[in-house]
Amino acid sequence: MNYIIGAFKPSCNISITFSDAKTRKQVPLKKEGGQAVSVPLFQSQENISGKISIEPIQGKKVEHNGVKVELLGQIEMYFDRGNFYDFTSLVRELDVPGEIYERKTYPFEFSTVEMPYETYNGVNVRLRYVLKVTVSRGYGGSIVEYQDFVVRNYTPPPSINNSIKMEVGIEDCLHIEFEYNKSKYHLKDVIIGKIYFLLVRIKIKNMDLEIRRRESTGSGPNTHVETETLAKFELMDGAPVRGESIPIRLFLSPYELTPTHRNINNKFSVKYYLNLVLVDEEDRRYFKQQEITIYRLQETS
Amino acid sequence: MLLDGIEDEDKWLAEGIAGIQHHAFYMHRALDANNLRDALKYSAQMLSELRTSRLSPHKYYELYMRAFDELRKLEMFFKDESRHGVSIIDLYELVQHAGNILPRLYLLCTVGSVYIKSKEAPAKDVLKDLVEMCRAVQHPIRGLFLRSYLSQVSRDKLPDLGSEYEGGSDTVTDAVDFVLQNFTEMNKLWVRMQYQAFFGLSGLQGPGRAREKHEKERSELRDLVGKNLLVLSQIEGVELQMYKDTVLPRVLEQVINCKDELAQYYLMDCLIQVFPDEYHLQTLETLLGACPQLQPTVDIKTVLSQLMDRLSNYAASSTDVLPEFLQVEAFAKLSSAIGRVIEAQVDMPIVGAISLYVSLLTFTLRVHPDRLDYVDQVLGACVRKLPGNTKVEDKRAIKQVVALLSAPLEKYNDIVTALTLSNYPRVMDHLDNGTNKVMAMVIIQSIMKNDSCISTADKVEVLFELIKGLIKDLDGTSDDELDEEDFHDEQNSVARLIHMLYNDDPEEMLKIICTVKKHIMNGGPKRLPFTVPPLVFSALGLVRQLQGQDGEVVGEDMPATPKTVFQFLNQTVDALSSIPSPELALRLYLHCAEAANDCDLEPVAYEFFTQAFVLYEEEIADSKAQVTAIHLIIGALQRMNVFGTENRDTLTHKATGYSAKLLKKPDQCRAVYACSHLFWVDDQDGVKDGERVLLCLKRALRIANAAQQMASVTRGSSGPVTLFVEILNKYLYFFEKGNPQITSAAIQGLVELITTELQSDSSNVKPASDAFFASTLRYIQFQKQKGGAMGEKYASIKV
Repeated sequence: MNYIIGAFKPSCNISITFSDAKTRKQVPLKKEGGQAVSVPLFQSQENISGKISIEPIQGKKVEHNGVKVELLGQIEMYFDRGNFYDFTSLVRELDVPGEIYERKTYPFEFSTVEMPYETYNGVNVRLRYVLKVTVSRGYGGSIVEYQDFVVRNYTPPPSINNSIKMEVGIEDCLHIEFEYNKSKYHLKDVIIGKIYFLLVRIKIKNMDLEIRRRESTGSGPNTHVETETLAKFELMDGAPVRGESIPIRLFLSPYELTPTHRNINNKFSVKYYLNLVLVDEEDRRYFKQQEITIYRLQETS
Repeated sequence: MLLDGIEDEDKWLAEGIAGIQHHAFYMHRALDANNLRDALKYSAQMLSELRTSRLSPHKYYELYMRAFDELRKLEMFFKDESRHGVSIIDLYELVQHAGNILPRLYLLCTVGSVYIKSKEAPAKDVLKDLVEMCRAVQHPIRGLFLRSYLSQVSRDKLPDLGSEYEGGSDTVTDAVDFVLQNFTEMNKLWVRMQYQAFFGLSGLQGPGRAREKHEKERSELRDLVGKNLLVLSQIEGVELQMYKDTVLPRVLEQVINCKDELAQYYLMDCLIQVFPDEYHLQTLETLLGACPQLQPTVDIKTVLSQLMDRLSNYAASSTDVLPEFLQVEAFAKLSSAIGRVIEAQVDMPIVGAISLYVSLLTFTLRVHPDRLDYVDQVLGACVRKLPGNTKVEDKRAIKQVVALLSAPLEKYNDIVTALTLSNYPRVMDHLDNGTNKVMAMVIIQSIMKNDSCISTADKVEVLFELIKGLIKDLDGTSDDELDEEDFHDEQNSVARLIHMLYNDDPEEMLKIICTVKKHIMNGGPKRLPFTVPPLVFSALGLVRQLQGQDGEVVGEDMPATPKTVFQFLNQTVDALSSIPSPELALRLYLHCAEAANDCDLEPVAYEFFTQAFVLYEEEIADSKAQVTAIHLIIGALQRMNVFGTENRDTLTHKATGYSAKLLKKPDQCRAVYACSHLFWVDDQDGVKDGERVLLCLKRALRIANAAQQMASVTRGSSGPVTLFVEILNKYLYFFEKGNPQITSAAIQGLVELITTELQSDSSNVKPASDAFFASTLRYIQFQKQKGGAMGEKYASIKV
């Protein structure tokens, strides 16, 4: 198909550079093909500025009906392919209609951009931020160039962060009390806790703590829920007896977590759960799931 | 099925080892390349082999040791930060990312030990974290080995006194706390094995077999648990006060609370073995207080016995430590502890209780040899535990009782000491008859061996109470089973014993004798012949003693006079005659008579003779016995010098009369010529009635004649020339002694008579009598040639 592409090869190259590209932190972003590319990292309220160069292919001129750059925040549902919901859309007109004969550079700036949502790549949904440069043409279609960037928003440590403590059980069979030291954890946090066995009448083989991510998309009858187990961490080996207390210490850093997202633009939610699973010798599973909130803490380094 | 099980196990073990080797190979490569990530990954995979549930403890240990060796290499790598570039603190977190708990914790312990060594965190914090985190392994075998690993790697890093890890906030207390906690957790896991079937095969076997196997596997693991106590004992900083305040109470708490028979026994034993004796002594109360709280099935007696043995050895090691024992009242505490244990353990077999007392007794004898009252207390306590009025039947229990009773004898080498123990006989009462006898023999042998003299009547009383099994028939003994030889041995021992009862003071001696008599009189016909003679001789000894003192103590109002003794003797010997054992009684009477004679008590001596004659008449029927008896009587009578003429005549008359009434002629003859001595006592003022001597001899000759005639009538040949020769010898005797009635003519006649007899009876060669006669003649010849007064006397006799 290369020759076809070649035939319709755009008649100009568009490049987008950020003004602080040298110093700005780059983070990997997974693209559709699966390969990761490094893109700049922003957070809300930041200025996004830079330059856009348009360079026509040697010996050609580009006729256009105007050049603009847009900053888009989009939510893309995979089952609803092609449909983007733009929750943010800012436009800067760069040029009035005319012709470009040689390389032309336009500075741009979006100041203190409100970007309330974080970039997110999920199973069924993607939230992305992109700069979109459009060279509008009347015929042959407009020339468009995209530049992705990632947004992460930092949350201060919550002022109220209660522990999760609960007694659960199956009557005359198993009674346990578990405790996680917090209900809100940042991404590099450690879950500390313990499980206290009040009654054990079954032969337990082992006990795991799972971190599960529950992504729900859509609303009403069209809601899609996808649950993934991100971590399976063995807490205990063997059968405890009454009165035993088993420590929990789970470091979150090795796992690819995101902050909890609640009802993002009425389109999707991402929630995290700790699932305590006890397995008995007949491989029956007994579990209790508790939601935890994950947030992004400003890294101090 | 069992065989399959073992084969399978070997297969699983081989697989496990192969797995470890495989992953270790990659781990080594990662270590060589200083690649931390891979090192962690492969080490975790390697350690995953330890997650198996299919191996018995023994095989699991093999697997564990392989992994252990590999972990040493990993530790070396961790230690060298330049190789992996990660700080130890980060490393400590990093290893905790492992998904599986068991590899995670092995790695954590490994890094933890490096962490402590780096001193970047207080040792106690790391130790505490490790020991807490290890709770996550609740599987008994895996948990035990994991914690054992923890103990192993932390052992040289405890903040002990003088260790480089001590100081700052790290104190010995932290080291102790750590070890104690690890110990507690390990013990819990170990105890839990009892309740959890962990081995896949157990379902395939019979329940009994599985259980047995289970127990065996459990005890294979016990040293893992016990090692913690060893570590504790090796912590320098655990001095007495800390042991008393912290270590012991916490160990005991765990021991008691685990409520497991095997564990309780093993751990108590361990505790006693690993800590110094001095500590035990100083914490005796606490230690003993725990004993009644153990499970009733625990073999607490062995534990206590071991404790007491250790303490006894400690006491024996140096006299310097003895005051400590007194200070802590060791005896009282042990004694009451034993009482409580026995009370608490209702099902304890009697042998257990007794063996406890044996140990306590050994302890007492070693530690308080001077406190006889303690020894007595122990015996008393033991008696109270024995079922009232019944014999101990259990063989092992009997053995213990014997040990209990023998201990004081061995210690004091002196039965006299044992006799002052009021409970001693009460314990003996509980022995069955056979053992009782054996014990009595032991006692007697002890007396003999040590040559100890029992010198008071009270002690004699006690002693005879002890050995009453030998002295009389006990209830329920059946005579049939008695071995004759044993019986003789026993009774001879008793007889020997009687000679060991002695006191210089006649009054006490008399009491002793009376006491002995009281006891032996119950002995019955079989025993009296053995026991009476020594008693009689003992009494006669007293008589001699009194007789010796007579002059000095006149006038004193003494109960012990020869007369009383003789009365006593009379009764004693009488008992013999009635059982009946007349020959023996007769001899004893004669002995008594002689003693009375020496004491110048004519009526008494007469009475004894009377008794002897009565016996002869009434009881001695056997002709041979009669011969013996009459000769004894004659012999005794001959020596009597106390009798007045009248009494003497009566007695000699009797004796002569009986002599002539013997059944066989030769016997008659010999008795009669023996009687001749009754009339001629070769003393200065002895009786010298030559006429009656001659009468006797003549009578003897007549009898000899008659005998010869009878012989020729019945057998066609004249017999007993011997008798004549014997009579000739008597003649010669009296002739030499100067009896005027015996003339050389009479002797001459007799010689000729014998010569004739011999010739007429030439066919019948009797070399014995010939020789006898020949030597008699030679004697006459010799006397003749000797010259002097005697030669003159013999001159007239021609041969």
